[in-house]
Amino acid sequence: MSGIPHDHYEPKSKPTKWVESRLPIIGLLYDTLMIPTPKNLNWLWIWGIVLAFCLALQIVTGIVLVMHYTPHVDLAFASVEHIMRNVNGGHMIRYLHMNGASLFFFAVYIHIFRGLYYGSYKAPREITWIVGMIIYLLMMAAGFMGYVLPWGQMSFWGATVITGLFGAIPFIGEPIQTWLLGGPAVDNATLNRFFSLHYLVPFVIAALVIVHIWAFHTTGNNNPTGVDVRKGSKEEAQKDTLPFWPYFVIKDLVGLAIVVTVFFAIVGFMPNYLGHPDNYIEANPLATPAHIVPEWYFLPFYAILRAFTADVWVVMGASWVTGGIIDAKFFGVLAMFGAIIAMALVPWLDTSRVRSGRYRPMFKWWYALLVVDFIVLMWAGAMPAEPPYSTISLIGATYWFAYFFVILPILGVIEKPTTPPATIEEDFNAHYGKPAE
Amino acid sequence: MLKKLSIAALAALSFSAGGAMAAGGAGHIEDINFSFEGPFGKFDQNQLQRGLQVYTEVCSACHGLKYVPLRTLADEGGPHLPEDQVRAYAAQFDIFDPELDDDRPRAPTDHFPESGLAEAPDLSLMAKARAGFHGPQGTGINQLVKGMGGAEYIYSLLAGYTGEEKEEAGTTFYENTAFPGGWIAMAPPLYGEDVEYADGHSNSLHHEAEDVSAFLMWTAEPKMMARQRAGLTGVLFLTLLSVLLYLTNKKLWAPIKGKKLNL
Repeated sequence: MSGIPHDHYEPKSKPTKWVESRLPIIGLLYDTLMIPTPKNLNWLWIWGIVLAFCLALQIVTGIVLVMHYTPHVDLAFASVEHIMRNVNGGHMIRYLHMNGASLFFFAVYIHIFRGLYYGSYKAPREITWIVGMIIYLLMMAAGFMGYVLPWGQMSFWGATVITGLFGAIPFIGEPIQTWLLGGPAVDNATLNRFFSLHYLVPFVIAALVIVHIWAFHTTGNNNPTGVDVRKGSKEEAQKDTLPFWPYFVIKDLVGLAIVVTVFFAIVGFMPNYLGHPDNYIEANPLATPAHIVPEWYFLPFYAILRAFTADVWVVMGASWVTGGIIDAKFFGVLAMFGAIIAMALVPWLDTSRVRSGRYRPMFKWWYALLVVDFIVLMWAGAMPAEPPYSTISLIGATYWFAYFFVILPILGVIEKPTTPPATIEEDFNAHYGKPAE
Repeated sequence: MLKKLSIAALAALSFSAGGAMAAGGAGHIEDINFSFEGPFGKFDQNQLQRGLQVYTEVCSACHGLKYVPLRTLADEGGPHLPEDQVRAYAAQFDIFDPELDDDRPRAPTDHFPESGLAEAPDLSLMAKARAGFHGPQGTGINQLVKGMGGAEYIYSLLAGYTGEEKEEAGTTFYENTAFPGGWIAMAPPLYGEDVEYADGHSNSLHHEAEDVSAFLMWTAEPKMMARQRAGLTGVLFLTLLSVLLYLTNKKLWAPIKGKKLNL
């Protein structure tokens, strides 16, 4: 499967030959597990396995929760309390699922930002990156719909605000919104379809994860230097790589164990820290909460959504050019989705020939600023939509777009990168010295 | 640089995450040292029983606890009342039974009654539905340090009446230092010496409010002690697992890596 030359599985015993000639599944598993992996991967490469763990955790806990949950506006909230009070271990399973979503997004953000720094999105890994972005979008859909299911105040009002975004699309927005909700407002029909889709989406994600892995097993992993594995011969490739099993499986498990330890401490000792108290109040369509705030992992994009108010000159310009078709609300929606699309397009926006940020002296600083920007946006998204927070959001949103559409294309042309090591082996030995023969 | 940056980013991200629920104006909240706070906190069984008494004799006149099954009063990690007491306690509330087409006394398998007054919110989850602490500046650090403060909010509300009243559109509002906006429609429910504790514990306003706040924390999070025990066990075993895996990994990689150079 991989473009890196390595030993393939040869069945030796009779039963394995019998199976392998009919379904080459042992070979597939062997090749997947023994794939040559750049030996200089650092600890930022453990988050893939954390994400796989999260997906499994969410599916397993989710399936158990469904056994006790009732998707009905009059019963949903009480059924969650039933899980918390009457189901054996129900409180742990629910808190694992609830905080599992947070771990999932925490991990995916590090995973994405790791890719952005080391240029993992660049040729030939564009498809891996795009599939990853689709997974991320589906995660957001799953997270959003899952948050609606307990039918608390934030569930209901969050659903109202987010589905309202579709209503902002000119001309066809309102029919689309009604179609999505199954009625004129968030109600039982909405809850039921969200429940159905919340159950479906994780399995679509699981399928795409296989595609994601398939794609980077074809190109081989990126690595901190961004230098390709030598593929001239098996011997040459072996100097740059080690088989995934056992070297990286064990290393990944070290990282996973530490992350899960912290995760368990949060679930055990402060399971509601990342949630919102208002969601322990049953949904009430007649009482709007003072602040409608999404879960923390949506905040950066929520800030971008709210940043473009009617008094911002780009919004006024867009409105004037389109004769009022694009108003501030629709502009905000476009900006929010645009911010994610910008990330998806980065393989073609980054013009630098050097892959890893490690060898790009100017890029490093712009990248660091992007990380800061992301955190500032996350903070601004949680604050009320008023000055100075709206101005901060606007500056943050502007930098987000500038990074992808202006800075990255220009940097590739004007920046003078330093020289990466010739081989992965050289980088590895520079850190650890030559291994004793 | 990337290493430093990512550590800073992680730290900032975790603070910023708390900011999600940090929004919302608030009054003055007293930080009470409750026995159940912190990773090793435990509910004080006697305090929960006293709180139940305050709830029953005062709060339940208007408020309900519709999500709380009466039998859980006998649970360990809760008020832990003897079973016959739970049965007797449950029987004082009637419930309409559709099968009998008549009222009957509640059994331990029934829930607490709902709120008797439409405007009085159900209190089952109140200690989790309010956050006492916020900020600073939407960072959520206070909640990380002091806890969410739901019980503190309830305490501060009960002890926060100034005695000032005003009438607006036929409704009397009472000034309260903890309630957002400063004026609340609920008349002061506790004045001190409202109940007589069997264990002779002080029944000052401060103690009554503290006891009933602790009780409502239990009704909101009845499995807290079991959860913290599971959390502690999980953390200990996972720490051990992490250490073992770390050592395995070190040994596994030792022949691959030469001596680490200090660069």
